[in-house]
Amino acid sequence: MELSGGEIVVQSLIDEDVEFLFGYPGGAVLHLYDAIFHQEEVKHILVRHEQAAVHAADAYARSTGKPGVVLVTSGPGATNAVTGIATAHLDSIPMVIISGQVGTPVIGSDAFQEVDMVGITRPCVKHNFLVKDIADLAITMKKAFYVATTGRPGPVVVDVPKDITDPAIKIPYEYPREITMRSYNPVIKVHSGQIKKAVDLVLAAKRPMIYAGGGVILGEGSAELIEFSKLLGFPVTNTLMGLGGYPATDEQFVGMLGMHGTYEANMAMHESDVIIAVGARFDDRVTGKLTEFCPYAKIIHIDIDPSSISKTVKVDVPIVGQVKDVLNEMMALIRMSESKVDEKALEAWWNQVKKWRAVNCLEYDRNSAIIKPQQVIEALYQVTNGDAYVTSDVGQHQMFAAQFYHFDKPRRWINSGGLGTMGFGLPAAIGVKLAHPDADVACVTGEASIQMCIQELATATQYRTPVKIINLNNRYMGMVRQWQEFSYESRYSESYMDTIPDFVKLAEAYGHVGMLIDKPEDVKPALEEAFAMKDKLVFMDFITDRTENVFPMIEAGKSHHDMKLRVAPGTPINRELA
Amino acid sequence: MRHIISILIENEAGALSRVAGLFSARGYNIESLTVAPTEDETLSRMTVVTSGSDSVIEQITKQLNKLIDVVKLIDLAESVHVERELMMLKVKTTNETREEVKRLADIFRGKIIDVTSASYVIEMTGTSSKLDAFVYALGEGVVIEVVRSGSVGMSRGEKGLHL
Repeated sequence: MELSGGEIVVQSLIDEDVEFLFGYPGGAVLHLYDAIFHQEEVKHILVRHEQAAVHAADAYARSTGKPGVVLVTSGPGATNAVTGIATAHLDSIPMVIISGQVGTPVIGSDAFQEVDMVGITRPCVKHNFLVKDIADLAITMKKAFYVATTGRPGPVVVDVPKDITDPAIKIPYEYPREITMRSYNPVIKVHSGQIKKAVDLVLAAKRPMIYAGGGVILGEGSAELIEFSKLLGFPVTNTLMGLGGYPATDEQFVGMLGMHGTYEANMAMHESDVIIAVGARFDDRVTGKLTEFCPYAKIIHIDIDPSSISKTVKVDVPIVGQVKDVLNEMMALIRMSESKVDEKALEAWWNQVKKWRAVNCLEYDRNSAIIKPQQVIEALYQVTNGDAYVTSDVGQHQMFAAQFYHFDKPRRWINSGGLGTMGFGLPAAIGVKLAHPDADVACVTGEASIQMCIQELATATQYRTPVKIINLNNRYMGMVRQWQEFSYESRYSESYMDTIPDFVKLAEAYGHVGMLIDKPEDVKPALEEAFAMKDKLVFMDFITDRTENVFPMIEAGKSHHDMKLRVAPGTPINRELA
Repeated sequence: MRHIISILIENEAGALSRVAGLFSARGYNIESLTVAPTEDETLSRMTVVTSGSDSVIEQITKQLNKLIDVVKLIDLAESVHVERELMMLKVKTTNETREEVKRLADIFRGKIIDVTSASYVIEMTGTSSKLDAFVYALGEGVVIEVVRSGSVGMSRGEKGLHL
């Protein structure tokens, strides 16, 4: 079959079984959009801003495991996409972003809507390509999907000049079934010697911890992680990106760790003697002060990416490989091993962990006359039976969602962990809802974040994606305000907006339902009402306590055992009031 | 410590900027960088001279390996190797100094490849420290310009960096 460049791109998407293409047209991609017009296999989702296209595709990928695909035009279309690409890059999300480019004869001449997309995105993609010859187009598309989805996943940009997609030039098309690249070999055989060393350490541990990150979810290793943890009986903590990789309601789960992690998770990390890091990357929000990070621990680090190992924290036993393969091999060896877990030491360790847990570090004032953000998330958890897909923006609401929505399944918690991109939540919710039309999808956001991609309310109308927006409206950039309170003597420099729109009217203007909730007793009934409206996007504007802070908190430069708590350990919250 | 990292990389547009960009983005030091195609024109060989602690060098090699275009690399500092750098120097000459400069160039096995009434261009290869020593030996006020290629190197023995 003979196809034009534009048709080749679209046909390659069909051959990759791409379901949705998130995008926005423009001059450089008009040939491509004409090719889209002539087919029905790939459904195009027209966003209102290119950043949202990338976030929506990204969330589609996070919630399904399949690559997210984006099409934007050259110049501003491409630069608008960059924030989304960087977001996906820092969280290792498989994506293919096709950007239009000016025609090859004028590249480099500062042509209209020209920008060096390959140059701009180089530091925030897994790889990128500029296609200069139509003969390379199909193979480049294949390479893009291959690189994006294998090894440590990531976004790949394919920059396609307009003349390459010219409908007048057709060439024979055949999509490669398989591909090998001599410079890229993501298949890694696990080193058996390292497995042995790791198992020896694990079985000798007295105060072990399993610290599991987003790699468990990306590598589909959740079942293996659960099996491994159950086999050993060790406490498990998740990173922000790892939530759902281990069931949060399981008794071995001690909560999230890091800056806003639980008291028990952070204390246990600090006191641990053997840490098994599974698909986690020792991010600074996790480690706190590096020189005081886990001072007593030997560290085993399982990761698909060799460059993640010993990047910030020097580890004792590095194991490069897929999480599930490594855990399977470790379990096989543990089961064959003559030495066993030191049950006595483990029991003593659990007793200690339970003491830390008894501090009840997430407790908050349940008697407040003003809605507490934590209360909203707890009610959301109850109303959705803990089974919703929850997207979030970035800030306090994100941390409350991470702390109070107990994710039992992988791919349910969709947030920008690495880049911390405000504006992610709403387009992400749309992407998730398209992928899972029958599931409950909630976007937990704040009045500052939501305004960064608010225009996507129109996209939600157009494609009938009835997500529920949980807006924790505290009339502040809450996390900025919190840092200013703690570190800048409450000088709230520019963390407050004088004008906040009437979100109810705004939602209605886009054809949605708006709800204003300002009393604690109305929180749960309102959520029940909203989630009962299966075919409506409901924008729920919760007026929350503007002084509420996220605790525990490890302030910048401090270590795990140096947490700021709402209430000092040993002083229980007055239950009579509650 | 100084390390010489030899890289086989796909000979494609932008490959050099991926390596250079990696060094600047991650704050690694580059002392010199040279690149040219190999006998297989689809591959380029790049030599990066850098320095840093063991952990920094470990990260540099890992991050370089992670670049999709990088086929293979070795850190030459880990093995016995030979390294050379090419330098061209333009120096001022006068009737009094012409003989002396030539003798000095001979001692360092340099070749004079251009002569005018007032200057020489000297070609010299060697290790970077030898070239430094020659420039130092010439003394001040003599050198008009210097161009150096940056170091290239390979390991000794029959093993090599190839596909």
